[in-house]
Amino acid sequence: MAFNIEKIRRDFPNLMARARDEKPLVYLDNAATTFKPCQVISCTHAHYCHKTANIHRGVHYLSEEATAEYESTREKVRRFLNASSLCEIVFTKGATESINLVAASYGRSALKSGDEVLISQMEHHSNIVPWQLLREATGCVIKVAPINDRGELLLDEYRKLLSPRTKIVSIVHVSNSLGTVNPVKELARLAHEAGAVFLLDAAQGVSHEPIDVQDWDVDFLAFSGHKLFGPTGVGVLYGKERILETMPPYQGGGDMILSVTFDRTVFNRLPLKFEAGTPNVAGVIGLGSAIDYIRAVGWEDMITHKKDLVDHGHKVLNAVPGLRMIGTARNKAPIFSFVLEGVHAHDIGTLIDREGIAIRTGHHCTQPVMERFGVPATARASLAFYNTKEEIDLLVKALLKVREVF
Amino acid sequence: MSVHNDELYQEVILEHNKHPRNFRKIDPCSHQAEGYNPLCGDHLKVYLQVSAEGRIEDLAFEGDGCAISKASASMMTAVLKGRSVEEARALFEEFRGLVMKELDPQAGSHHLGKLTVFSGIWKYPSRVKCAILAWHTLKGALDKTAVVSTE
Ligand SMILES: Cc1ncc(COP(=O)(O)O)c(C=O)c1O
Repeated sequence: MAFNIEKIRRDFPNLMARARDEKPLVYLDNAATTFKPCQVISCTHAHYCHKTANIHRGVHYLSEEATAEYESTREKVRRFLNASSLCEIVFTKGATESINLVAASYGRSALKSGDEVLISQMEHHSNIVPWQLLREATGCVIKVAPINDRGELLLDEYRKLLSPRTKIVSIVHVSNSLGTVNPVKELARLAHEAGAVFLLDAAQGVSHEPIDVQDWDVDFLAFSGHKLFGPTGVGVLYGKERILETMPPYQGGGDMILSVTFDRTVFNRLPLKFEAGTPNVAGVIGLGSAIDYIRAVGWEDMITHKKDLVDHGHKVLNAVPGLRMIGTARNKAPIFSFVLEGVHAHDIGTLIDREGIAIRTGHHCTQPVMERFGVPATARASLAFYNTKEEIDLLVKALLKVREVF
Repeated sequence: MSVHNDELYQEVILEHNKHPRNFRKIDPCSHQAEGYNPLCGDHLKVYLQVSAEGRIEDLAFEGDGCAISKASASMMTAVLKGRSVEEARALFEEFRGLVMKELDPQAGSHHLGKLTVFSGIWKYPSRVKCAILAWHTLKGALDKTAVVSTE
């Protein structure tokens, strides 16, 4: 199918929403959450309208159907990530929970005092705080690989920080505040050479490029459905089977057990061992539909279009007087973080909101990045494949107006 | 929108942002506190010199923040200098009411004066914290709470 932006935009009803003062919406906050295509909306709608049932526990028709749809999403995710086995796909409530699961289950059983966890300076708080909790529980040490002025990971420094003490390396795939795309395969290879396991925070990366967990050789991968054009409240943890096998359960409850007496509980097989309680059934099914949608549009066209957006964005935004781009990595997703001389990011956000333009302002849950670049906050425009160059031009026009006010 | 006739970014606010009043440190001072708005990274310090009789003899602030938080801090210092601590506390309550839409500046009596430029801010819930940060920090200083956060 040829990439027809007009047709694609019609699939996303939220793009037609009105912003403040009835202005047509220009939605440039896709790193926070993405809109959902009709296909996803009608899929979850159908579940709630006439397919509602709990899964894995009924003999009745609806329950069997819901279980089948839920489990077919697991297969869709497996193929989407090119995982080798279905038991490597665990549904969670989001990337944050996926990372916490690894830190709590793998981390607490595999790490001891003095062991090291290596992260980077561009991590989201959700890939920092779980390791700090692990540090409190085990006495492990957190090391941080620095970035350069472009917002790229310094590979030499990363390599130097790896040692036999390094047990876990957890790095972001695409930075939500800088747009940097990290060289995942190389980072994972180096981590393995040091004997560590490698976790990829693909919260942003999952919508950026096709992922191949086997080729990249990552041990764990985390993402959220809502940043992949799917519903909120659902996410995925991919984990290599042989590692997941060794890990203790994260939470206890229904579905994750085979038998329970007051003396002894036999845990369920993978991946259900890590899915305690009734999951977000409609959310998981909706995520399956989002993955179908992406496959139908096709990566190649999406990637070409987004590369155009990156190039155009840099060109026209850099021409705005007093604008300083934060994050100029050579390999970048269409995420533009910037500051305007003499205007605080929040004032930019509020002023252009009145033009109907939705961006995010603040530290984007990456305070260490703000510190690295010496700014309290940035304005961030983040684009999805349904955004257009014209929308970037509207942003530029609005920024020029902001300049007039201040 | 006409950017020059804006209910939020009014001339007064832009002017106080550009040329904040009492933007300095008072050292030594009788009361001080630091305020944070973790959401924005806004950060300011408020200093007071209060006399034995409870009069605010001097009041100043330092820090970094958006135009709304800076202008609010600047206007607060200008309004409260020379007032009693009791009056300052009463005005805090009125200002809080104003930005939370609990106090209608058109109806009933109040002492807000120029501070009513912030009356439209309740329409921007994410910005209310910016407007009130300086006031919370002032209250923290008077209550002898060293660090105040709007979260
Ligand atoms: C890079 C990155 N990691 C992790 C997360 C956390 O995702 P969620 O809040 O959906 O769990 C985000 C979301 O902003 C992110 O951008």
